[in-house]
Amino acid sequence: MSEYKWPDPATRPLLGKRISRVDGPLKASGRAKYTYDYNPNGLLAGKILRCPHAHARIVSIDSSAAEKMAGVKAVKVLQQPGTEIFWAGDEVVAVAAVDESTAEDAIRAIKVQYEVLPHSVSDAEPPTNVGVSSGPISRDDFEDMEDNQVPDEQVIAAIKANGISFKPDDKYLKDAQASGVDPKVVEALRAAKYAEATTARSPYKKTAVQKQGDPDKAFTSAAAVSEGLYGASCITHCCLETHGMASEWPTDKDLVVHVSTQNLSGIAPQVSEPLGIPAGNIQVLQQYIGGGFGSKFSPDRWGIATAQLSKAAGGKPVKIMLERDAEQEVAGMRPSGFARVKIAADKDGKLVAWESRSWGTGGVGGGGSPPLPYIFEIPNQRKQHIAISTNQGSARAWRAPNHPQAAVITMTAIEDLTAKMNMDPVDFITRNLELTGPREKIYRDELPIAAELMDWKNKWHPRGDKSAGPIKRGLGLSLHTWGGRGHNSDCDLTIHPDGSVEIKMATQDLGTGCRTIITIVAADTLGIPLDNIKLLIGDSRYPVSGASGGSTTSGGVTSSTRRAAVDARDQLFAKVAPALKAQPEELEAVNATVRVKSDPSRSLRWKEACAKIGAMPMTIRGKNPDKSKPPDLTNSGVGGVQMADVSVDTETGIVRVNKMVAVQDCGLVVDVKTAESQVLGALIMGISYALYEEKILDPVTGRMLNPNMEFYRLAGIADIGEMKVHMMTGKGYDERGVIGLAEPPVVSPGAAISNAVANAIGVRVPFLPLTPARVLEALENGGTHATV
Amino acid sequence: MRPFEYVSPTNKEQVAILLGERGSILAGGTDLLALMKDDVVAPQRLVNIKHIDQLRGISYQPGNGLRIGALTTIAEFAEDANVQRYYPVLADAAHEVASPQIRNLATIGGNMCQRPRCWYFRNGMGLMAKTADGKSMVLAGDNRYAAILGNAGPAYFVSPSTLAPVLIALSAKVRLYSAKAAGSGVRELPLEKFFVIPKSESEPEHDLKPGEMVIEIVVPPPAQDLKAASYEVRQRAAFDWPLAQASVALEMDGSTVKSARVVLGHVAPIPWLSPEAAQVLVGKSISPDTAMVAANAAVAQAKPLSHNKYKITLAKAAVKRAILSAAGQSTGGAA
Repeated sequence: MSEYKWPDPATRPLLGKRISRVDGPLKASGRAKYTYDYNPNGLLAGKILRCPHAHARIVSIDSSAAEKMAGVKAVKVLQQPGTEIFWAGDEVVAVAAVDESTAEDAIRAIKVQYEVLPHSVSDAEPPTNVGVSSGPISRDDFEDMEDNQVPDEQVIAAIKANGISFKPDDKYLKDAQASGVDPKVVEALRAAKYAEATTARSPYKKTAVQKQGDPDKAFTSAAAVSEGLYGASCITHCCLETHGMASEWPTDKDLVVHVSTQNLSGIAPQVSEPLGIPAGNIQVLQQYIGGGFGSKFSPDRWGIATAQLSKAAGGKPVKIMLERDAEQEVAGMRPSGFARVKIAADKDGKLVAWESRSWGTGGVGGGGSPPLPYIFEIPNQRKQHIAISTNQGSARAWRAPNHPQAAVITMTAIEDLTAKMNMDPVDFITRNLELTGPREKIYRDELPIAAELMDWKNKWHPRGDKSAGPIKRGLGLSLHTWGGRGHNSDCDLTIHPDGSVEIKMATQDLGTGCRTIITIVAADTLGIPLDNIKLLIGDSRYPVSGASGGSTTSGGVTSSTRRAAVDARDQLFAKVAPALKAQPEELEAVNATVRVKSDPSRSLRWKEACAKIGAMPMTIRGKNPDKSKPPDLTNSGVGGVQMADVSVDTETGIVRVNKMVAVQDCGLVVDVKTAESQVLGALIMGISYALYEEKILDPVTGRMLNPNMEFYRLAGIADIGEMKVHMMTGKGYDERGVIGLAEPPVVSPGAAISNAVANAIGVRVPFLPLTPARVLEALENGGTHATV
Repeated sequence: MRPFEYVSPTNKEQVAILLGERGSILAGGTDLLALMKDDVVAPQRLVNIKHIDQLRGISYQPGNGLRIGALTTIAEFAEDANVQRYYPVLADAAHEVASPQIRNLATIGGNMCQRPRCWYFRNGMGLMAKTADGKSMVLAGDNRYAAILGNAGPAYFVSPSTLAPVLIALSAKVRLYSAKAAGSGVRELPLEKFFVIPKSESEPEHDLKPGEMVIEIVVPPPAQDLKAASYEVRQRAAFDWPLAQASVALEMDGSTVKSARVVLGHVAPIPWLSPEAAQVLVGKSISPDTAMVAANAAVAQAKPLSHNKYKITLAKAAVKRAILSAAGQSTGGAA
């Protein structure tokens, strides 16, 4: 029986070491080619005419002038007259032309008449008299909940309580499950009561109050109660490589697409239906991607349009990459999340009660509801959430959907309570770790390490830096968690008789080090150097692997690769054993040799060993999950602790991050270096949303005012301060198996930085980003009021 | 970008004719090309002046001061030995402009002539953006970065140059030229007069006659006991526009201020010369208290719009810190 479990530290030459990413030189030298760089001869430029109004109905479209224009090869109306448009920048007509300026001329020549409708883009605190939505759930409501990653149990509860106003057929349910909807949710849909839709459409959807324990009694008998206002504004994904796709038809029936995607294996099924061609006729290609962060799972309407335009243009390649303003306006955002919170502890500093009234928007669909209270299972709770429908491009999963907002609302409220009780937050959190359930031990391990790296004991002071001068310094901390179980993944590993090894997998490397960890696992298992392995990814003709979302890739691709490599190695042992006069199970693959464990002098060099395979190469399929090949090599549920050290200029409201500390668990770390890099990237992204990022919508026009990288600010190198990352490894961590790391470290920076600012200046700045205007307002008003 | 004609004269006498009615001058292009790509402006013809050697070069003469050719790049200006020696405040301010890539291309002349960053303007709604019912979009909408001074309307944008306030504090003049103008064709203005608050969408925000171009900036020789400093309140340490800026030049008589110029940036549609602040300083020695009184005087006339009250606080901090920094005193640990 083959041994699939991850090897022990003594017998893993590469796994768990510090290895530079295998595609680093290609990227650093500009030789890595992105979808944006795909510019074949004869490429036609695709452009989109976008609706300039935040809410409108298309009355008429006249594209005749554009169609007649020299150099215009195809015009495709994407939304017909009569269609209601719900956000500015939505796609109306697509054109393909010989070059970009001709395509732009053609766009300008298209006349669209709109009936402009009233819009609303405000996510300010809803009035208190909003009614609880109790009507049946429409198909849009349901899909919005799924798009916004509303927790499955909430979706199921809503379906059970309210019924549904649509009749999902078997195909709908099957497609839903295929696109990632949890089977339990699909079952709830199947069993749901049908009810007629209610007519009134309010911008506010209020959930029923969720209650547990006896919050009123708990608040009354608590030793300390703190009330506050917290939250974070809408932000965008701001991918450096904008969304886009190029399509061409080599024959009438075959489509080849180059697409910037997190979901290489999932694109063909999404393209085949609107085009009416078999998914198997579609080849999807992508080698490198310039950022996705949760916003690139779909081919999107503009991607489908490239295929339609190409078809109309005789199969010539057509490419559409979004302009920066469109990227910011329509290609995804993170919902805002705000709350009024009341929180209480007993005299020992144990959390006893939580009450929250939260709200936020994720576009027309309303947005997801943050899991409150975050991390801590406080015994007595009362909470209610209002999702606000606004006229803006819809939310998409943003790295750790709903968690950063939940952390910003919860960890800040806890810190305010801690300050009220005049306690050190490290001490307070430690006293409450038993409320964190299965991750208690992880946090207990991590907190002292983080405190040490931050020099917390020496640097921390009670709330409000009392030193002279306008610059105040403070420390803050936050905890986070995430699932991160590996997704479904198939891996084909081929050993050639000449000793070369090739791996094929239809996955993608989002810049996270996916290529590197696949190669490490295979090389480690086969006992050969990394450069002995040719890794082929980024082509949908390879074995299917899941979408890279929710930190599922690392666990998935390493598990399938491990199983393929173990099976391949053991089959090789079977072929080699007679030559070494040994049984296959007596062999090991080490240092590019196959040898007898008990007598290493009986050995063959890797190449010689592979020559025993015979004339034909040997290809092995590895899978994840695979119950027939235990153990489970991946796991779920990580913990992390972060601390921030900031300086705040109380005369200008400018916040500077001096230092960030991140202590992170992700089970078995495959490559310490790329893991640390991922955490560093998350810290930088976290500093950006804590201090700078905000999708600013104009109340007058309903349009985004900063759809650029000038006033949509991201942290520059001068803004990020010192960063210390510590990955948890060894006993208690390694044996859990591989767990994804993309989401968790981006959850805490906002809360940690907000807490550090409060510790510095003595008052809470309620909302992120912590702009000079908001900091000064908090200093003036004491943090009880906030400008959204 | 829309199609345009492109001409590249080699002497300044040709420029006015080539500009015609709907031409634009192209120098570094860092602002103009972005505006064209975003379809905010669509000149029929670009007149590239980069081959007019008469517009290059920086020279310094003790009696006459500094002459900066309009085509001098910000990077050249920041690195110039005479600028660093005699006008360190200018060199420092130039080092803070935009990003290294932009400083390598952008010119001094272009820095004076760049268009405002107002987001309604940059999103194609016009510099005096109006709602359907004729109200100011800036007043009705999000004006967090708009003017707090000189904002009687209809202009609410802020002047974008971070070098102009420093140059104005140093009493710089701008020299303009047009072959169509009478006499030598050269017109010289105090730099502060070059900036105007337009009253309508069709008026420019610079005093440039048709066919006229910036050819030179002239900075007088620094007085023996000149103390100067500039302070930018910027949200990011990396490339960012200031939320408020103040530039101060103090001519000292011992420890007493003999004369002063205080100029605010990014708070008004023009670089905002504040005689009120200057007046407070004259005859005084500099202390945190006098600096604060001057700072209060600088913003005494400020009128906040619905979203930008905080900019008054920022402008005050900038003025106070620029004054203290000019006098070589601590600004309280602020960078």
